[in-house]
Amino acid sequence: MTAFSPSRRTVLLGAAAALAAPRIAGAQPAAVKLGILQPVTGALAQDGEYGRLGAELAINEINSTGGIRALGGARIEMVFGDARSNPEGGTAEVERMNSEGVVAVVGGFASPICLAASQAASRYDLPYVVDVGVADTIVTRGLRNTFRFGPGFGKVTSGALDNLVKINEAAGKPARTVVVVHEDGLFGSGMARLMQNELPKRGFEVLETISHPTPARDMSNVALRIRALNPDLIIPSSYYAEFVLLSQTLQQRRIRPKGIYCVLNGAASNFRFVREFPQAANLVMDVNHWADPRKPKTAELRRAVEAQNRFWLYNTPLNYSAVMLVADALERAGRADRAAVIDALGKTDGSFTRHIMPYGPTRFENGQNQAAQAVNTQVINNDIKVIFPEEFADARPVFPWPAN
Amino acid sequence: MRSYPPEIIGEAVLNGLLTGAIYGLVALGLTLVYGVLHIINFAHGALLTLAMYAAFVAWKVFGLDPYVAILPLVPLFFALGYGVQRLVIMPASKGEDSNILLVTLGLSIVIENVMLAIFRSDTLSVQVPYAMEVVELGPMLLGFPRVVGFGVAFLVAAVLFVILTMTDTGRAIRAVAKERTGAALVGIDVKHIYAVTFGIGTACLAVAACLLLPFFYVNPRVGNAFVLVAFTIVVLGGMGSVPGALLGGLFIGVMESLSGLYFGESLGQIGIFLIFILVLLFRPTGLFGAKA
Amino acid sequence: MTAKDLLPIALFAAVAALLPLFVTQNTWLNFAVFTLIICLAAQGWNILGGYGGQYSFGHAAFFGTAAYATAILQMRYGMNAYPAFAVGVAAASAVGAVIGFLSFRSGLRGSYFALVTLAFAEVFRVLANASEVTGGAAGILIKLDVRPANFQFDSRASFYWIALGLVTAALVVTRALERSRLGAQLVAVRENENAALALGVDALRVKLSAIALSAAITGAAGALYAQYFLYLDANIAYGTWISVEALLAPIIGGAGTVFGPVLGGVVLHGLSEFTKTLVGRIPGLDLVIFGVLLILVVRFPPREIPGLIRMWRARR
Repeated sequence: MTAFSPSRRTVLLGAAAALAAPRIAGAQPAAVKLGILQPVTGALAQDGEYGRLGAELAINEINSTGGIRALGGARIEMVFGDARSNPEGGTAEVERMNSEGVVAVVGGFASPICLAASQAASRYDLPYVVDVGVADTIVTRGLRNTFRFGPGFGKVTSGALDNLVKINEAAGKPARTVVVVHEDGLFGSGMARLMQNELPKRGFEVLETISHPTPARDMSNVALRIRALNPDLIIPSSYYAEFVLLSQTLQQRRIRPKGIYCVLNGAASNFRFVREFPQAANLVMDVNHWADPRKPKTAELRRAVEAQNRFWLYNTPLNYSAVMLVADALERAGRADRAAVIDALGKTDGSFTRHIMPYGPTRFENGQNQAAQAVNTQVINNDIKVIFPEEFADARPVFPWPAN
Repeated sequence: MRSYPPEIIGEAVLNGLLTGAIYGLVALGLTLVYGVLHIINFAHGALLTLAMYAAFVAWKVFGLDPYVAILPLVPLFFALGYGVQRLVIMPASKGEDSNILLVTLGLSIVIENVMLAIFRSDTLSVQVPYAMEVVELGPMLLGFPRVVGFGVAFLVAAVLFVILTMTDTGRAIRAVAKERTGAALVGIDVKHIYAVTFGIGTACLAVAACLLLPFFYVNPRVGNAFVLVAFTIVVLGGMGSVPGALLGGLFIGVMESLSGLYFGESLGQIGIFLIFILVLLFRPTGLFGAKA
Repeated sequence: MTAKDLLPIALFAAVAALLPLFVTQNTWLNFAVFTLIICLAAQGWNILGGYGGQYSFGHAAFFGTAAYATAILQMRYGMNAYPAFAVGVAAASAVGAVIGFLSFRSGLRGSYFALVTLAFAEVFRVLANASEVTGGAAGILIKLDVRPANFQFDSRASFYWIALGLVTAALVVTRALERSRLGAQLVAVRENENAALALGVDALRVKLSAIALSAAITGAAGALYAQYFLYLDANIAYGTWISVEALLAPIIGGAGTVFGPVLGGVVLHGLSEFTKTLVGRIPGLDLVIFGVLLILVVRFPPREIPGLIRMWRARR
């Protein structure tokens, strides 16, 4: 036996070697370079970090599950660029990524960065997948290389209005009067204008529109005016710090409307806010990007993020999904070629299921995913739940707020 | 223009006064440094940010309430300010205005980005039990931390006034501010006085930071939100005038509050800058008639 | 102005113009174009700050006005890019003259002038962020339509040469100013305004001419920025970043010298690019190094380094 076993082992080893042979003969396929652009310094650094995290998780997952199969299991190699929170920074990094031979660029976060970076990429017919930037102009310029998997501003806000009407009706129309509070930048001003035009058509009365700068030093006066107006509903659209100030001030001044309904709010869909100010955050609603809570992958990803001691924000699932979208296009294109990837991206359909966003079957029109939408979330029992649309919801809306 | 009931206007004025006192405290350090050293300290905002992080760390790591943290932070930041002036600004500037400007700008870049590297860009805040308390004044509700801030700001101004008028160091500071060559001739160590003044200015920021933190937040760029207002106040109150800074702070606070009420918070900001420009153009010695 | 005056400028332009023949990577050309835009803005600042001694902290007001004018005229009024560029520069110059008139007439100097210009730029920023015609906070896009007739080029090299041409023109203007009567009067005002007045120099007129010229050159940088990046918002156009860039470069490179702003701009941007590659993933660390180097450069100015070395040798 002792004489036999070595030879037996040799045979087995030989068989294993024979099985592995094609891969060795074909050598390791060349890695596909993918540009990840995020602002990780400057004013937007917090968001950029969470975006990068999502992209990294997606790339690790692709690489650990066999790479891009259509390219012989090619790994994805991340080429990271810091957009430094401004458009020049984004442009400079796209140029560098291009010279390093990336097959596509994912990210940008802020609309100005997305606008400039996708334009720079278009010079090289380099596919550019926007992660967050919601400005409608991003996909209306006729750039062939630019795709957005998430929803644009118009889609988010019209959805926000429709859902508000439905939630209000389902609760027996408790809310009629509204005060809009918004930051005076890109998101806030556009949103406020829209609310002012559209809410009256839907049976709401806008008592007042209050704008504030970013950074704002004080929200006492905003709270004061809200108290004087005594609206049923407050609709804020602000960045993180300002909304935290506002909601704290409202709580402090014991102002308790029937609901707070945010649109694209920096804080109301942010677990840091929920953890640090549970009372101020409780029952706040938001219309925002959010991962599909019913997909098992979402919970898995959330655990991975929280294991790193990070908060679960929308930037992470959006970037994860955008990278998966590029990987899917690579599989269908069958080659790491920019034109082929642009072509494949445009033809993405419902067979793309590796994303974790609450969207229907993917379909691109002029670079915009027509199925993309924001969802309504609400802070319930110190968790952020999806309350609307029903097919993605994991909780029922608490509206109007119970009196206490 | 909208009309508001008197209790709303009254509360807005009071809110403005409460916020304005903190502005005044931030401006106090700036105006003192300008009055004595005749330099515009562009690192003022960054030093405020640094102080706010220090107060945050004191709370997070050592469990110190921000109000208690004033006690260790004031001497610490005095020493820091003294050191920065003595070891960085003075040797690098060689007495030239343009150099001072560059050095303080360089300092602010360094401070802001060291904070970014350590704390990342997250917006951090402290949770203290009294954050949600209010002081009721008839129908008006005033945030407790703001009322404390108001009181302490005046206390600091009073202490500063006593130091400047009743101590030898204070008299030396005023002598240097008036006539630096003369002061040097009668044996005052001008370099030392410069550094002491910068230290006092920085210590004022430490107090302001501890007062702000219970109702505000901190991130690497937070100081910028206050620094332009502080410049306006310094100009309004007369560059170098301590009472002017406090009065200017209160005035700007009320102005901001009322123009926010009537014209909206965003355009209210323009009001501040317009005052700033108009005062500079037509009364550069400040509204309260301090020396130029 | 003599041929000898122009020789260094011609030499600089000729050498710099060859760059795209050796550096074909667009990464570097993009970096070079951006650096040249900053150099141009800094050259504008240098006229008023360097030669005139009036330190402005608000050159963003001129940069942004020209940038917005160029973009708005093209997008809202369908004007061709080239005349729009010229109108933008003129608008910046006019804004400069108005700000100059208001502040110089009130006798603002030194820190006061610095602060008032800072405030003007901030007012412009808030207004641009709120008004309709600038696209408000959403900003304004110049339509991408790559044709030389639209001042949009396929190759980065073309833009590089245009930027270089403008920088060279500004160098020539600066040299001409240095040699002119106006330049001499400006320097006299810088050195001692009262003495200059006593000698019969119309200080207000001299300073006004300087600020109008200064604003025009910085405005050209702004219009070029708009044309190159094709996107503007209030924080880009009127943000403090450009005011700071415009004054840092000349002061580092030598305020009141012809080549100072260009030298400073190249050094600053080279430095920041270098520090960016030096450190890896920790955000902000590169800017920390940048800030420290800035303080060190002020402490030990490059022009003094030979002297310092001599001193050190002598001590040994």
